[in-house]
Amino acid sequence: MEPQMIKARRALGAFPAAAGFRHAFSSSWRVLAGVLLGAALLAHGMAHAGIGAPEKEELKFGFIKLTDMAPLAIAYEKGYFEDEGLYVTLEAQANWKVLLDRVIDGQLDGAHMLAGQPLGATIGFGTQADIVTAFSMDLNGNGITVSNAVWQEMKAHVPHADGRPVHPIKADALKPVVTRYRSAGRPFNMGMVFPVSTHNYELRYWLAAGGIHPGYYAPHKGDITGQIQAEVLLSVTPPPQMPATMEAGTIHGYCVGEPWNQQAVFKGIGVPVVTDYEIWKDNPEKVFGVSKAWAEAHPNTHVRVVKALLRAAKWLDENDNANRPEAVGILAQSGYVGADAEVIANSMTGTFEYEKGDKRPVPDFNVFFRYHATYPYYSDAVWYLTQMRRWGQIAEPQPDAWYLEMARQVYRPEIYRQAAEALIAEGKMRADEFPDFATESGFRGPQTHFIDGVVYDGRQPNAYLEKFSIGLKGDDRV
Amino acid sequence: MNGKTVARTYDLPRWEGLLARFAESRHDGTVTQLLGSLLTPLAAVALFLLLWAFAAAHVTTSLGQLPGPLQVADQAGLLVDEHRRERAKETAFQARQESRNAELLARDPEAEVRIRPYTGKPTFLDQVVTSLWTVAAGFLVATLIAVPIGIACGMSRLLYRALNPLIQLFKPVSPLAWLPLVTMVVSAVYASPDPLVPKSFLTSAITVTLCCIWPTIINTTVGVASVDRDLVNVSRVLRLGWFTRSLKIVLPSAVPMIFTGLRLSLGIGWMVLIAAEMLAQNPGLGKFVWDEFQNGSSNSLARIMVAVLAIGLIGFLLDRVMLLLQRRVSWDRNAILR
Repeated sequence: MEPQMIKARRALGAFPAAAGFRHAFSSSWRVLAGVLLGAALLAHGMAHAGIGAPEKEELKFGFIKLTDMAPLAIAYEKGYFEDEGLYVTLEAQANWKVLLDRVIDGQLDGAHMLAGQPLGATIGFGTQADIVTAFSMDLNGNGITVSNAVWQEMKAHVPHADGRPVHPIKADALKPVVTRYRSAGRPFNMGMVFPVSTHNYELRYWLAAGGIHPGYYAPHKGDITGQIQAEVLLSVTPPPQMPATMEAGTIHGYCVGEPWNQQAVFKGIGVPVVTDYEIWKDNPEKVFGVSKAWAEAHPNTHVRVVKALLRAAKWLDENDNANRPEAVGILAQSGYVGADAEVIANSMTGTFEYEKGDKRPVPDFNVFFRYHATYPYYSDAVWYLTQMRRWGQIAEPQPDAWYLEMARQVYRPEIYRQAAEALIAEGKMRADEFPDFATESGFRGPQTHFIDGVVYDGRQPNAYLEKFSIGLKGDDRV
Repeated sequence: MNGKTVARTYDLPRWEGLLARFAESRHDGTVTQLLGSLLTPLAAVALFLLLWAFAAAHVTTSLGQLPGPLQVADQAGLLVDEHRRERAKETAFQARQESRNAELLARDPEAEVRIRPYTGKPTFLDQVVTSLWTVAAGFLVATLIAVPIGIACGMSRLLYRALNPLIQLFKPVSPLAWLPLVTMVVSAVYASPDPLVPKSFLTSAITVTLCCIWPTIINTTVGVASVDRDLVNVSRVLRLGWFTRSLKIVLPSAVPMIFTGLRLSLGIGWMVLIAAEMLAQNPGLGKFVWDEFQNGSSNSLARIMVAVLAIGLIGFLLDRVMLLLQRRVSWDRNAILR
């Protein structure tokens, strides 16, 4: 029997007067009365089962000028935040450190964050602070670009087919170039955006898969440059400054999100060689992070923010990316990403230009909603923790249980679930667009699409670390 | 000087007098000379624009060709358009808010409704206003601190000897070196959940203060310490007490130097503000320049140049305002103030 009918029957039974009607009216009238009463009760119940009023309505969120801040921009421009009763101001930040500091000290209520930032902050690498996240903003979206000079040298080692380089290009092609630089006494510098950024780990993964050592961190010894035993020296540069820094010759390549890889091609200063879609298909990239204290003080607000972001993410991927051109127009405004629309358009609409003129289709370059991109999986958090351990940011060996415990502290799928269920109840989304909450464990299946073929199982972090030839594992210490 | 009577500015017809206030203060009152004193700078500016247009056409950066005066003028127009569009969006936002509030009240007359400020981004003109407020706040605090210290140092040799090393030590410190310290202190001390002014505003204003107190202190000290011999003799002849002497002779005589110090301080404060805003993220002109640089779009360079010109123009206007004030309080008719 339908829930409305059960409710209606119970309701009818609750009222003695209504009991009298049962005899007075015929069965079809009874059904109609029951349905109407049931519908009223359901609506009443929905209004009460909905999320309560927001504790704080005027919010300020920070972001960095990257195309994957799109869910925030769309939620603002399409009025999804206002629908939730929230008055949100979006403010671009100077760099990832300033953004994190301002979330920690309360100047920002929340921010577009690198997936590793909440984890790094919670474990105490860099400023210690409890940051949590209930929403993953996107999958993929990064690329590794090298300067023209380096590409010319690399090309000789990249296999070609039909006159075009075969993709994915592995770091094996870069290794001879690095060796040549080092034997000539010149350091080979590359840039990434933050020590706990996805870019740092993806760049290191790619280099290590090609046999190049990217360096260790030794925080217990006070060395957080990440260049111990390094063959390639990695350093931090804010994303928008990367093309300029590479042009100046300070770095020979970088790993960054869009539009800064396509910008390099457009301006003729570099060549993207690989995207993180090829390094790890459908990897988690950015999250929406808030401080734990804020989340505890504003539970309703947090759920409402996640609701608005979910609607924005769905809009971005709707109808096979049909809305992306409009999104590009919004992101090209100077208050959001600000780069030229044609530079942003490439990756957002499913193509990626490697060498000038070599455009290839990468329809999933940016994924905002499909493949459950927005769900905060514990296994994603554990992958970042394993990479932190691999490169020494976690100095001591830790048991598997520690990794899972840290992931549970930082990633909050229960808040995501509340938001999703509220949206389903309001009819704005369907239950099949979300994971099955009743059975979801928070762990994706074993990941098999890494560039070096190593399989990742989120439940066994230490066993995973043992599979790599370069990197700390077991009881190793720097 | 040359036998001719020199016309005072208040003798001239009104518009000429007004022009003369902005031009050199000495002239013989003929229209031709006035026009000459205006045309020369105009001709120089025109020549500069031509040179700029020529040079820009020959320099190509990775962000496109260096913008010439025409592109910059275009972008200035676009910035004004953006401002108008944003104001239109604000009107729409307020309308939506009002209808939402009306709905809330219709459902529950006791409900608490608020009118919230517009959540959109500040436009270029808004950022100019923010910068002006910040520099005004920083400069005012600097003046309130520096002038009394300067007067005290000027009057007391002992105090001067004590404070001079500290002043000389902190004077050369760049605002970018102060900024991290100021940020940390403001974050720690100014921790309220609903702040009256944003922390970034405070950080920028305090950095401006720290950098622009020094010229005022030094000039005030010098002005107070070096009173004209004749005036000192007058006070001796009249046997004035210490307090009357300070109030009637020393301070008025020091006013021109104090104002010189204030003018220098304001100039430095305005420069420092732009740097401080870039890092403290105060939504002013400094942040505009930084954000445009980060945008890296093909019209970013032109927009940055609009900001550069705006910064220069505002700095010039601020200086002229201080100059007018200085001329008002200056008692020395022989001094040429420019």
